[in-house]
Amino acid sequence: MEKVISAKLYFTVWAALMCLTAATAALSYVNMGALSPVVALVIATVKGSLVVLFFMHAKYIDVKTTVLVIVAGFFWLTILLLMTMTDYITRAWS
Amino acid sequence: MSDSSEALATHELRHHFENMEQQRGASSMGMWVFLVTEIMFFGGMFMAYLAYRYEYFVAWQEGSQHMNFWIGTVNTAVLICSSLTMVLAVLAIQQGRRRLTSVMLAVTICFAMAFMVLKGMEYHEHWLAHEFPGSAFHFAGIDPRHVEMFFVLYFVMTGFHALHVLIGIGLVSTMLYMNERGHFSADYHNPIENTGLYWHFVDLIWIYLYPLLYLIGHHHVS
Amino acid sequence: MATASAITAEREHYLNADYGFRSWLLTTDHKRIALLYLISITFFFFIGGFFALLIRLELLTPQGDLVQADTYNKLFSMHGQVMIFFFLIPAVPAVLGNFLVPMMIGAKDLAFPRINLLSWYLFIIGGGLMLYTILTGGVDTGWTFYVPLSTAYLGTHVVLAAVSIFIAGFSSILTGLNFIVTIHRMRAPGMTWGRMPLFLWSNYATSIIQVLGTPVLAISLSLVGLERMFHLGVFNPQLGGDPLLFQHLFWFYSHPAVYIMILPGMGVVSEIIPCFSRKRVFGYEFVALASIGIAVLGFLVWAHHMFVAGISLYSAMVFSFFSYLVAVPSAIKVFNWTATMYKGKIYYSTPMLYAMGFIGLFTMGGMTGLFLASLGVDVHVTDTYFIVAHFHYIMVGGMVMAYLAGMHFWWPKISGRMYPEAWGKLAALTIFIGFNLTFFPQFVLGWTGMPRRYHAYTPEFQVLNVLSTAGSTVLAVGYLLPMVYFLWSLRYGKEAGDNPWGAAGLEWKTASPPPTYNFEETPVVTWEAYNYDDLPKEVPVVG
Repeated sequence: MEKVISAKLYFTVWAALMCLTAATAALSYVNMGALSPVVALVIATVKGSLVVLFFMHAKYIDVKTTVLVIVAGFFWLTILLLMTMTDYITRAWS
Repeated sequence: MSDSSEALATHELRHHFENMEQQRGASSMGMWVFLVTEIMFFGGMFMAYLAYRYEYFVAWQEGSQHMNFWIGTVNTAVLICSSLTMVLAVLAIQQGRRRLTSVMLAVTICFAMAFMVLKGMEYHEHWLAHEFPGSAFHFAGIDPRHVEMFFVLYFVMTGFHALHVLIGIGLVSTMLYMNERGHFSADYHNPIENTGLYWHFVDLIWIYLYPLLYLIGHHHVS
Repeated sequence: MATASAITAEREHYLNADYGFRSWLLTTDHKRIALLYLISITFFFFIGGFFALLIRLELLTPQGDLVQADTYNKLFSMHGQVMIFFFLIPAVPAVLGNFLVPMMIGAKDLAFPRINLLSWYLFIIGGGLMLYTILTGGVDTGWTFYVPLSTAYLGTHVVLAAVSIFIAGFSSILTGLNFIVTIHRMRAPGMTWGRMPLFLWSNYATSIIQVLGTPVLAISLSLVGLERMFHLGVFNPQLGGDPLLFQHLFWFYSHPAVYIMILPGMGVVSEIIPCFSRKRVFGYEFVALASIGIAVLGFLVWAHHMFVAGISLYSAMVFSFFSYLVAVPSAIKVFNWTATMYKGKIYYSTPMLYAMGFIGLFTMGGMTGLFLASLGVDVHVTDTYFIVAHFHYIMVGGMVMAYLAGMHFWWPKISGRMYPEAWGKLAALTIFIGFNLTFFPQFVLGWTGMPRRYHAYTPEFQVLNVLSTAGSTVLAVGYLLPMVYFLWSLRYGKEAGDNPWGAAGLEWKTASPPPTYNFEETPVVTWEAYNYDDLPKEVPVVG
């Protein structure tokens, strides 16, 4: 019932995380204008997903409700960020 | 070995649960629910960052350039390594290898302490450069008022993160102690798994703090 | 009556299973923890009530002649903080929820009994700090802690109050966490989601809000504390800090908080109405999903507290739209309760009187919420007594009455005794009259322009203020009555038996008071909730 993941997979994920870190650090020297923060956050999200899915075993959880819990947490954070920003972004329109 | 660990496991079954599987499932779910509260707690700080970045875009670029890129990058790598050793500790105890578990937990603590030392050096550097908010703050570049706000967010966000790293060191140390006392086995190791979840979460927060604080204005460095 | 206590004392149950301070202060039995909470929140209710009486006393006359303006600011601040964080938020979940959730799902305890005890200790520590804050001068920030007033301009114990609420918030988070895991993982065999009593659905929805919202309050208060203590001024205007940022973060929790307060009360009403109508709940699925709907939609409306604070008009329209929408699930519940009662055999027992009062008063409070969702009207009545009346109709006319309904309904189960029914009805009536006399005039006062949080007012408002204060004294008497007769019933009350109301639900299938482990054997559930068709039409006790 408890899935045991191999050390090899963990090392692979670790290597991917280290490479992505190097990549995002290197890319920060490149001027991509408005795209720079987007690229950095996309890479961060990929890294974060690797941590959540493999290190935190989210990919192997058999209890669907726990997955729901995780999704709900990020969704609610999005509500906070997005809806508050509707105020900041549209203030200048008034 | 398996007899005694099974006995250990049954001994650990709390009376209100029907069986170990229910207990494990509940324990794991409880930990995730707790982590969701942490997402929302840090979420408030990310909100403040986002709002002010939108309002004071230039100051944010400016402030970010005064971050120590190398300490930030090395610390990111340090935390990722600590996450690896933490998950290897969980793997080790799943296989009943107590010795290896202790070693991995100890290495995790070492990485965590390295993070704290580097952070401390970084904070000290900022202090000497008059970049700590308050009456001692002095910034010679553009828009010093809002750059000071950037530093406020920097210290608040990394400060709360560092507090969580400290708590994590305490938790992992407790797991190490309990493991050395023979408390865990292949059949029973929920607390180590839950500590692992906490530790990975701390890593996850840093994975976002790093680009937001260190990388955004970086390409402007002439 | 010595015979009655002798009979109860022969059988072992959770009250007599063990004696002594340690057995109570170190208990992990959810039922004992519920009683620990009961004593604590009752204490804080009277502290908060005391401040309310002082406020009403001051407002008897137009002049500010009882206390100075600064002191008055402290009175309403402490009234709000104590009532909200140390009474309303924990009341139903931590007392009735703790007691009943495991029993209603057929479990021996909550998922994490020791964390349950920890949550009570956190509540006590937070409460102790709040008491200390009060005794050393209190705070005058309002319960809302707005910046930069709270961060830069006040010399009162802001940090202390913030810390006390932070800790109490943690207590709330742990309770919610416990309920979520318990309801997901510990239901008895056969107890599907569709067979759960609605009280569980309501507490589940409440727990979602507690877990997702309270941490944002925690960070808001932390940031205020950090600014005051370490000059890390996230809200400092000199550094470009935005007072509205605080308000966004504060209300992101504090609006859903009002649903933390009301949802459990709705759960109580959903249990009482079918029992005293002898009918199953009309539209069970709708009521269940409406609870979840309230929890979710409740997170999308918070800036309706900021319509006049300076947010963008376009953003305000979005929040206004969602504020209208959030009324829908509440209305669905009201329709379903009413439909449950239709053609039922109604028994006007004390719990039923409170529940019916809840439906009426909550509806009034809720409908005035629709007035406030409208941007134009809100501009006119913000910061007037209209708002004060609106939320007191929901919180006092709604929530406190629901709490009393629940306490009367489950008192036999908790104590093994019946309270005296005649006194129960008298208290309910007194409270209903006192409540309306206190708060209805405040709608008129607010509409005609009396501002809130002022200790003085212009003379034309005096008559209604005097009526309101008179009502508050009647209300106070009404609240004291149950204190007296519940205590009386512990010694002299009639023995209750397992199921004095003939009610549906697993908690009524075990003894009153229940044994420590709730059930002799884990029940296997094969019937739907509210199976009143299979239960006697007569209510044994009231019948």
